[in-house]
Amino acid sequence: VAHHGHEKHGHGGHEEHGLAHIASVKTLLGTWGILMVLTVVTVLATKVDLGSSMNLVVAMVIATIKATLVALYFMHLRYDRLFHTVVFASGLLGLMLFAGVVMLDRGEYEPEIIWDAENPPEP
Amino acid sequence: MSTQLADSEDQHGHHHGSPFIQHHYDNAQHQFDSGKLGIWAFLAQEILFFSALFVAYMLYRAYHPEIFAYAHKYLDTTMGAINTGVLIVSSLTAAWAVRCAQKNQQTGLKLCLLVTILCSFGFLGIKYIEYSHKFHVGTLWGAKFQPHEAPDGSPLAPEGKETAKPGPPAAGHGTTGAPGGAAAAAHTAGQTASGNTPPLGTAGSPGGAVPGSDRVKTDAAGHGHAASGPPPPNTGMFFTIYFAMTGLHGIHVLVGAIIFIWLLIRAMKGHFTPEYYGPIDYAALYWHLVDLIWIYLFPLLYLIH
Repeated sequence: VAHHGHEKHGHGGHEEHGLAHIASVKTLLGTWGILMVLTVVTVLATKVDLGSSMNLVVAMVIATIKATLVALYFMHLRYDRLFHTVVFASGLLGLMLFAGVVMLDRGEYEPEIIWDAENPPEP
Repeated sequence: MSTQLADSEDQHGHHHGSPFIQHHYDNAQHQFDSGKLGIWAFLAQEILFFSALFVAYMLYRAYHPEIFAYAHKYLDTTMGAINTGVLIVSSLTAAWAVRCAQKNQQTGLKLCLLVTILCSFGFLGIKYIEYSHKFHVGTLWGAKFQPHEAPDGSPLAPEGKETAKPGPPAAGHGTTGAPGGAAAAAHTAGQTASGNTPPLGTAGSPGGAVPGSDRVKTDAAGHGHAASGPPPPNTGMFFTIYFAMTGLHGIHVLVGAIIFIWLLIRAMKGHFTPEYYGPIDYAALYWHLVDLIWIYLFPLLYLIH
């Protein structure tokens, strides 16, 4: 497969020897630094009142940025085979389908399942 | 496999290369790539494994935002933030360990693995402190949620003893209006009557018949509960979810620590070379996923506004 030749010789200024891409020290430390900063940012963002749902959105956006950085640089996905990203994304797709269908369906259930004899549910 | 690398491996691989290159692979690259696909398939499975707990979290938070708005105040954000930092540092050293192995830096490899192990135990140590505090104050899962104190540390009378005393309003149990029954009965009636209505903390109004819509609205916005008030009904569910999610994550951290100890032992024996470092790479990928899950757990559990 031509892929190995590509990895052997490399291109684009990245270190490419041996079996796989080697992350530069600059990339590793840079990724780490941004992750630490974003951790502080997300803690501070909680102290700002943006409305409960907006605070949740901000927290999730920051978490997703952090997760993407981890996946791209610590997990080498940016330099790795596309197929590994596809495999990983299939897990995320499963999560989204699962969560999406459950959340769409949640109106179909009794929100309170503790039986109350004096106040039985409507037939 | 007709490229330069493949050819060179075919010629020299089994003679001069790592003794850990198995003979059923064409060469070192083939073995490495096979393992790598395997670990990615495993990580995709891990996402699905955790997804059940994330969905449970979403569903329960959608139903009962007031519980999350109240109960997260029991958690120590500083502890959670420190643990996030510890995991990110360990992710850095895990990624760096891979680089060291790729560049045949044996000392650096051992050092990076050691720091990763220390961080993983640091994480577990902090988690142990958090867990033992929860056992101490009684903020446990489900029916075992019997806190002695409110999130701000102010005392909270245990529910059982509440009935014996004739309705102390300071404790905040609004059972004064409940007709003679046990507090537990009033409690149940209150929470079933109108879903989200907190029957507690409404001293002065008749227990169980509180029109809770206003209260629930403010709760949903996250501002309704003072950290000193009594918890809304079924707050134990937050800790059920908390312990399930952080517990499963903690088990993953423990497994990771054991794997890295094994890798450190192998690294000290000099097993890993630029031609054979698959186990380091795969363990690091697993470790990054554990970090990645915590990146979501931290804001979802500790940083609720």
